[in-house]
Amino acid sequence: MTSRELILARVRRNQPAWRDLPTIPSFERSLADPWAAFGSALARMGGSVAVPPDGTALDAFVRFLHAGAKVICSAVPEVVGTRRIADVRHPAELDDVDVGVVRGAFGVAETGSVWLSEREFGVNALGFLAQHLVVLLDPRSIVADLHAAYRDPRFREARYAVLMTGPSATADIEGVLIRGAQGIRSFTVVPAAPA
Amino acid sequence: MMNRVDHAEASSKFIEAKDHADFHDKRLWDLRRKRDSESEALPEWETLRALASQIKEHTLTHLGDYLEEFERNATANGMVVHWARDAAEHNEIVHRILEAHGATILVKSKSMLTDECEMRPFLENRGVEIVETDLGERIQQLDDEPPSHIVVPAVHKLRGDVAEVFGRTLGTDPDNSDVPYLAESQRRHTRPTYLRAHAAMTGANFAIAETGTFVVCTNEGNADLGANLPPLHIASIGIEKLLPRIEHLGVFVRMLSRSALGSPITQITSHFRAPRPGTEMHVVLVDNGRSERLGMEDFWYSLKCIRCGACMNTCPVYRRSGGLSYGATYSGPIGVIIDPTFNLRKYSALPFASTLNGSCTSVCPVKIDIHEQIYKWREVIAQRHQLPMVKKEAMRVAGKVLASPKLYRAAVEAAAAGLEHLPRFLVYNPFNAWGRQREVPAAPAQTFRQWYVANRGGER
Repeated sequence: MTSRELILARVRRNQPAWRDLPTIPSFERSLADPWAAFGSALARMGGSVAVPPDGTALDAFVRFLHAGAKVICSAVPEVVGTRRIADVRHPAELDDVDVGVVRGAFGVAETGSVWLSEREFGVNALGFLAQHLVVLLDPRSIVADLHAAYRDPRFREARYAVLMTGPSATADIEGVLIRGAQGIRSFTVVPAAPA
Repeated sequence: MMNRVDHAEASSKFIEAKDHADFHDKRLWDLRRKRDSESEALPEWETLRALASQIKEHTLTHLGDYLEEFERNATANGMVVHWARDAAEHNEIVHRILEAHGATILVKSKSMLTDECEMRPFLENRGVEIVETDLGERIQQLDDEPPSHIVVPAVHKLRGDVAEVFGRTLGTDPDNSDVPYLAESQRRHTRPTYLRAHAAMTGANFAIAETGTFVVCTNEGNADLGANLPPLHIASIGIEKLLPRIEHLGVFVRMLSRSALGSPITQITSHFRAPRPGTEMHVVLVDNGRSERLGMEDFWYSLKCIRCGACMNTCPVYRRSGGLSYGATYSGPIGVIIDPTFNLRKYSALPFASTLNGSCTSVCPVKIDIHEQIYKWREVIAQRHQLPMVKKEAMRVAGKVLASPKLYRAAVEAAAAGLEHLPRFLVYNPFNAWGRQREVPAAPAQTFRQWYVANRGGER
């Protein structure tokens, strides 16, 4: 008997009597301003929303946000940066990236999370090896809560999907909160409708 | 075979280091309070708990089908699914996969399951370099200690301890215990490892049957750095982690980090459905006693656990004794009800490390009746004659007293009078575990029965 057969046989022999699967009701509240709710939830998690002044091009705005950045790797057409993600052959090449720029697929008002996948990243490691991440997000793309987020069909298509909520963080030493644990040190969302 | 873990003895050592014990208590209580404000902010919290419990119970009562569905879908997505009946087979499978890839450097994110399987020494003895990447877990690895908490592994250490460990192992300044300095040192030390690693390993918080996805909830970025750099990703998943459908994640992800750390969600919640092109993704489904536990009428509910640690943070015994005193992979209330299923004799003292106050049960996001299970384990242990001598004698006396109303009343009145008149050194002596670290509240002037007789009139 293989381990697979053995485990399945033992599980089936020992499974307690049938319990029903509940239906999940909708808890959704109508939000007066989903974008504002998203922004304050994100701020609690250490991320921020930055709004470019009228007439400022996104490329210039990213340089303004991270003035000292040498390597800006962009996965969006709106920002040129210094390196195109399409030119990256191996994820390890992203080790020197100061700022990564991506476009989030949608945001979640409840938690301040942004949905990203291999399609948005181009190379997934961009969201973690870069020192800082700038995320363009359509303000009309905010869903109310995580229940709504998990109804998005893209979860069924993406190889890798991540809800990113602010920068990497740790409180493993005496509960002292450190923003910028091992992944990105900052997470800035810029409102921008897709071109 | 193995000696019984003496939790009381180990805790007394923990308590001796007063700074550590006080901080530990305070830090975990702070997590509990943060959890409270998050849960109180959601009007549907209790509904979510009920749903989570029902979804888990449904899944566990159909686990065979859901495991097969997960395997089918994960395989169709391009993952390789393995089955391990126990810890030894799990470790062998992981070793075999690494060997087939010539992989000798492994970056690993936190996984209680790999601790349960004692995987690290097994692989290290076979020439694999393993770098724990979670900060707390890394501190524990470098200090050659197991994690003391399932969510915050080094919570029993103070910053000075970490400075000492890092100074000894990473070459940082041992006198610099500045927390940002220590965290930054680990960041700089670990990041190059992701680039040279041959393989990455993660656990999983949830596995979705419907899509063959597994979900990893973390904060530091370490799991995703690992998973997105080397060409090989291995995930060890306990068979109880299954959920039927993607939509169920809404319920569980909403509650996991709120219960664990008091934050609305983890910074990074990752869903792995298929390998990156040109890379391999392996899943090891591990039983290691779970299928047997599923058949234990009273105890199968512990398989609902999502490893949030809320029961540990709220437990007065855990907070004052530290996770290492349990001498087991899983400590605190959840450990107390899981550990005896691995080795009843070795862990027979653990179900007594509880006041049965029930706080663990009320914070559990999946409504495991933890304190009732603790009580049931005590019964099992008493029936199997695993009760330690002192407890046996105390129970024998208690049994006699409780069986006789007269004796009971006399005992209660004497105890109340006694407390008031006993010299302090008798109440707070080293033999009275309950007098340690706290003041016994003043005994009321009347016993409840005296009050009842006075106010509700007369003997019946």
